[in-house]
Amino acid sequence: MIRRDFLKIAGAAAGAGALAGLAGCASTVPSKARVVVIGGGFGGATAAKYIRMWAPSVDVVLIERQSEFVSCPISNLVLAGYSTMQDITIGYDGLNRHGVQVVRDEAVGIDAAKKTVRLASGEDIGYERLVVSPGIDFNFGEVQGYEAAMQAGRVLHAWKAGPQTEALRRQLLDMRDGGVVVLSIPLAPYRCPPGPYERASMIAAYLKQAKPRSKLLVLDANPDVTSKGGLFKAAWKDLYPGILEYRGNAKAVGVDAATMTVKLEVEDVKGDVLNIVPPHRAGDIAQKAGLITTNNRWCDVDWRSMESTKVPGIHVLGDATLSAAAMPKSGSMANNHAKIAAAAIIETLNGRAPADPKILNTCYSFVSQKEAIRVSSVHQWDAVKGTLLTVPGSGGVSAARSEAEGTFAWNWARTIWADSLA
Amino acid sequence: MRTILFTALALAALPAAAQDTAGRNLAAPCAICHGTEGRSATKDSPLIPLAGLPRDHIATQMRAFRDGRRPASVMHQIAKGYTDPQIDAIAGWFAAQKR
Repeated sequence: MIRRDFLKIAGAAAGAGALAGLAGCASTVPSKARVVVIGGGFGGATAAKYIRMWAPSVDVVLIERQSEFVSCPISNLVLAGYSTMQDITIGYDGLNRHGVQVVRDEAVGIDAAKKTVRLASGEDIGYERLVVSPGIDFNFGEVQGYEAAMQAGRVLHAWKAGPQTEALRRQLLDMRDGGVVVLSIPLAPYRCPPGPYERASMIAAYLKQAKPRSKLLVLDANPDVTSKGGLFKAAWKDLYPGILEYRGNAKAVGVDAATMTVKLEVEDVKGDVLNIVPPHRAGDIAQKAGLITTNNRWCDVDWRSMESTKVPGIHVLGDATLSAAAMPKSGSMANNHAKIAAAAIIETLNGRAPADPKILNTCYSFVSQKEAIRVSSVHQWDAVKGTLLTVPGSGGVSAARSEAEGTFAWNWARTIWADSLA
Repeated sequence: MRTILFTALALAALPAAAQDTAGRNLAAPCAICHGTEGRSATKDSPLIPLAGLPRDHIATQMRAFRDGRRPASVMHQIAKGYTDPQIDAIAGWFAAQKR
């Protein structure tokens, strides 16, 4: 399968140089520029598609270990039964139609000097520019006992949409009425600032409807709700009184699967379902490639090109980046990072300097089955500060939760899925 | 040597002339709600497709959102992030796209 894909790439490149490059001899100049993209999430998929759209003569190879994309946005609705795994799962055929060569494999190493990516299958792929959009991995060690409890199936994060989303849904379905669900939120920065509060809303909505004697305890390591706080808290007060209890400054430091106990700094809390989201860092491949610059967690980039400040020729996108001021780790931002990178890579391949970027974020969160709230921001290059800053006076949140915002939220989800993958 | 050779090939392969890359780059973020190149991604989208709309219409509506003359759920907050020349560039680019 992989072999066949590589031969197709070689055929498209139509040159001995390209063939030699595929065999691992990356010093040979390919007859066409090749961009390799690691990771088929919102960042990587969008970068692959947009490079092909804007520069059809560039070869793009996308390396993704999963057979299909599963969206984190809307996955909280799956927990409540308001959406399905099928709704949030999308194939990579759309990228094939743009001429992207999608290779199902895992990137296990990067040689930035030789400009090659090592795959789990043992192959090396040469590149002119590399895009690394690895998403997040977890610092499990910061919550004592986490990995063992997770392996035993007793605690879930479900912070990467997929099997854990389904498993958490099953745990909620199986829980007795009168049980306690614990949702633990790590200190910011983490993927999707409003995501935990949307999840709290969705779990509470499910409990209210199906298990009204049950309770959801939200333990937030942050002092207060980190995003859309007023809107979330108003919704919880109106919709889920007696079901949803929120505690700030409540950081989980350990978990005991045998007794289903979450250890906080000053007390222990028991639950029937433990949804503990551990602290994050840039995905593993970023660490292996030496792209991490900050706090042993995140990758700093030049926002004009998304190029790593540490390793030349490698562009890092999405949640893995050291976020600019007031920039959330969101699907919208990763999609926009990809467009900055796509434009900059094409300019660079043509020997021109990238233009100063301007991008925007829009994130919707559901607070009930049909009602949503939103936050938006516009980010532009600031030459003096050398980073992206929000435009003063722009951006903000919804006036109030509404079903109209829910309609726009679904439009956003279906549209950004298509913009990234179709 | 390698760089020179490569650049020559790339230039031959990438005819960038006559492309409105400034408008394109400014308009690209809009696609997360309005669809790639301003074409709706879904049949029942609540948003009007921007591709091929008259330039003046798009620019006028953006300014109306920005200045509070047209009510909006989100566009009033986003439009405030853009200058007149940027609005014109975005409008011009969407107007030039195939419906």
